[in-house]
Amino acid sequence: MSPLWSFPGGIHPPMHKEESTRSPIVKLPLPERLILPLHQHIGAPSTPDVNLGDQVLKGQRIAHADGYVSVALHAPTSGTITDIGEYPIPHPSGLSDLCIILSPDGQEKWISRETKDDYLFMDASHLRNRVRDAGIVGLGGAGFPAFIKLNPGPRNVIETLIINGIECEPYISCDDMLMRERTANIVSGVKIIAHAVQARQSIIAIEDNKPEAYQAMLEATANEPDLSVVQCPTIYPQGSEKQLIYVVTGKEVPSDGLPLNVGVVVHNVGTAAAIYSAIAKAEPLISRIVTVTGDAIRKPQNLEVLIGTPIRSLLDFCDAQTQIDQLIMGGPMMGFTIHTPLASVLKTTNCILATTYNSLPEKNMEMPCIRCGACADACPIKLLPQQLYWYARAKDFEKIQDYNLFDCIECGCCAYVCPSNIPLVHYYRYAKTEIWSKEREQQKADIARQRHDFRAERLAKEKAEKAARHKRKRNELKEKSDPSKKETLIKNGAKSKKKAAILEAMERVQAKKEAHKTEPKNTVNLTEEQQRKIDQINKKRETRKNNED
Amino acid sequence: MLSAILTLAILAGIFGLLLGFAAIKFKVEGDPLVDNIDKLLPQTQCGQCGFPGCRPYATAIASDEADINLCPPGGDTTIIALADLLGREAKALDSEKNAAPPEPMIALIDENSCIGCTLCIQACPVDAIIGAAKQMHSVFDKECTGCELCLPPCPVDCISMVAIEQNITTWKWPDPAKRITESVS
Repeated sequence: MSPLWSFPGGIHPPMHKEESTRSPIVKLPLPERLILPLHQHIGAPSTPDVNLGDQVLKGQRIAHADGYVSVALHAPTSGTITDIGEYPIPHPSGLSDLCIILSPDGQEKWISRETKDDYLFMDASHLRNRVRDAGIVGLGGAGFPAFIKLNPGPRNVIETLIINGIECEPYISCDDMLMRERTANIVSGVKIIAHAVQARQSIIAIEDNKPEAYQAMLEATANEPDLSVVQCPTIYPQGSEKQLIYVVTGKEVPSDGLPLNVGVVVHNVGTAAAIYSAIAKAEPLISRIVTVTGDAIRKPQNLEVLIGTPIRSLLDFCDAQTQIDQLIMGGPMMGFTIHTPLASVLKTTNCILATTYNSLPEKNMEMPCIRCGACADACPIKLLPQQLYWYARAKDFEKIQDYNLFDCIECGCCAYVCPSNIPLVHYYRYAKTEIWSKEREQQKADIARQRHDFRAERLAKEKAEKAARHKRKRNELKEKSDPSKKETLIKNGAKSKKKAAILEAMERVQAKKEAHKTEPKNTVNLTEEQQRKIDQINKKRETRKNNED
Repeated sequence: MLSAILTLAILAGIFGLLLGFAAIKFKVEGDPLVDNIDKLLPQTQCGQCGFPGCRPYATAIASDEADINLCPPGGDTTIIALADLLGREAKALDSEKNAAPPEPMIALIDENSCIGCTLCIQACPVDAIIGAAKQMHSVFDKECTGCELCLPPCPVDCISMVAIEQNITTWKWPDPAKRITESVS
């Protein structure tokens, strides 16, 4: 086994993982209704395929991917679509977003599925499409559509596939439990991914605070020559993609590059298991493992939860205290506070952390920065957190980008070690969203300028055309009113031409008549009787015609 | 003495030719200063500065005919950016101008009251109103700059300005420094 590298900085916070790993994963009973936000991943929100009142089956697609960076959404159980509208979603803003509401019928009736065992002989693009259609996103937390990372492109050779079982953030234990209990699914999933990206070797990385999971994975991969398991010394934020690549391979991913650029692809263990289910059992991503923990939870544990289950149901099942001071989605380092337990579990929800103020370190007031530099020592990306902080406070958004704000992974190490309790990551998030907003404004201004210029051009063109038309009309009028030109006008003008043509035609008809002048033969040699009858009829015809007139 | 004069004269001649050549070769078309100023303006095309659009105002600033503090939608940010660009002193927004609303607004036509007169369509500087004579008009909200130029011509006052609704892609993290100053005060 090759040696491991270690990245700069990092911290060792208390882990609190034992609380939620004492009991096996339990399946949460069906909730009364499921709230399924259309935007659960990075990229464009999916577009609904169902209408109000539709009956859907478990696993049926209810929204399709909109564009390349997007995935589908599926019904987690059978039931009725009762609403499509704005509902609160778990988001730091506390805003609402478009959701599909599903009322389960309790039947759990699956849509017809086609299971496959020969997945290791399937075409890579076929595998990718199946993963895409199954709505799988990275289950580690960021929620990037997984099929895109299965597509290295024809020119990139994947040296190493890393399966991320690090789970370095305190309190979270869903990947740990998954590795202990569903080891075979993960190993099969890893084989599928390795086949799809044609990786030379696959490495499953697990931190050394999860010995049971490590042992289980080791046993399951004993007969797999291309698959190895490594145990990494525990340090936060080792689970971050670029940090993990450095630890395992010693390669540094460039600042604006992708792991692909150094021949590496990283997938989470949960994603690997989901890909196995999607390919082999044709089950789309409709449930996931969620850790419910924190000192406000009396029975901390890991649950298998349908996507869209309201957080309230999870809290009730785990016997939460009525007094919850802070409800966090994700871990204590990178998670965010959610405003209402009515919001639902997303594809990216790995942990629900419910705490009371007793457990959190005393919330001291933010003090001035003393320039101690502890944050710079802790930063795993070798940024200068205090410089970023000063520029964010000064709203100098150009300078802050010179200090590589966008390389910050918001791991929170700097804020954790800050002796002045400065919420540094909050400042960086603020600066990032301000910069994005400024970019959007600039784009809008550019479009407005183009539209304004185009309008000015159009108005000028219209004006010029109008002027030209008037000029032509004026000239025509002038020519008409001139008596000396009248004669020639009539001779050559449009009207006389027409008249001449009519006259000519009439002449032609006349000539023809002359040429064919013959008497009808049946009127020759009539007897007197016949002649009289004809006259009579003609007379009758004449009188009738007169009467009619 | 003579050789010195001669040398200097020849040198002067060479440099003169060089400069003359450079002036032709690297000639800049148009006035880049106007473009640079125009880039900093918010492009609402509202005319609140007293000029018919952002570019005419930029031209006026470049030729020193207008001050840099006449743009209400741009606010302090634009004034500071212009001051930086032009090396002038930043100053407060002209006191005769009404400050822009703190959040961006767009026009909204009450479609029940609209009589289809097309007056607002003609007033819109960015062609962001769709409609035809005696047909209902509608604002294309993505392109509306919130310039308010459509408000005065409307004979039935059916256009109002509304704040742009936030969604999860446009939402911004609040300024943490603001929270401190609030809690202190």
